[in-house]
Amino acid sequence: MSQLVLETQGETLIVVKRRFEAPPEAVYRAHLEPEIIREWMLGPDGWTMPVCISEAKPGGKIRYEWSNGKGGGFYLTGEIITLDPPRRIVHVERMHLPDPTPDNHVETTFTVDGSGTLMVMRMTLPDEKTRAAMLATGMARGMEASYARFERFWAAKGAR
Amino acid sequence: MLVTPQLSLDATFSALSDATRRAILARLAQGEATVNELAEPFAISQPAISRHIKVLVDAGLIVQRVEGTKRPCRLAGDGLSELDEYLARLRHALEQNYRRLDRLLKNPPGRKDRSP
Repeated sequence: MSQLVLETQGETLIVVKRRFEAPPEAVYRAHLEPEIIREWMLGPDGWTMPVCISEAKPGGKIRYEWSNGKGGGFYLTGEIITLDPPRRIVHVERMHLPDPTPDNHVETTFTVDGSGTLMVMRMTLPDEKTRAAMLATGMARGMEASYARFERFWAAKGAR
Repeated sequence: MLVTPQLSLDATFSALSDATRRAILARLAQGEATVNELAEPFAISQPAISRHIKVLVDAGLIVQRVEGTKRPCRLAGDGLSELDEYLARLRHALEQNYRRLDRLLKNPPGRKDRSP
């Protein structure tokens, strides 16, 4: 079972772990090739990525633009820092909401795990102001408002 | 008597690492409860429950007030608020992303019956 693990590390890092039933080469490519990225890196249902630029080289530019199809949208820009195919991607990114958020430094690693791949992504925990702005975009929406706050928290913690 | 300790992520997550404390929080999500009421479902002593409560209070997750001889507890307003909202929504968005990616990896576009 490919259970997502999401945890905070200290007060500045978010660590996400997820297993995929595909070799590291395939998962690595899916994080770099625009025609693949725009098929999956969409967040909640209903969002699309009309613009996806991803230059897979050190110093390469990243630009993702999301749209909710109802006039809502925002974009992210970034730069690739290090590529170590198919094991590791280091990049920096920021959301434009429309003011740019502080840079989020992201390291994503892909290691062989049996017949699949274990992906580990370490990224900066946004500060409170940035989190509020990101929540306000609705990009991270998806939970019914009627959910009890604690049920949401269990989901976040992966408890039960 | 309200206790409002500094919120620390480490304290929060460490407080939540225990199944009994999570059960206490789940109970309090339904409303305020006294220590006795909280202790009822568990086969552990009241002092043990009180220790769990103290951990939760210190982590800023619940607040306890004095009412005569009782010490009713309730969820803190802020202890689990916007950070957890953010993490929950991030998790939800990522889960949806990765489920899509699972499907793509299983059936890459242009590979099967849609060769270019």
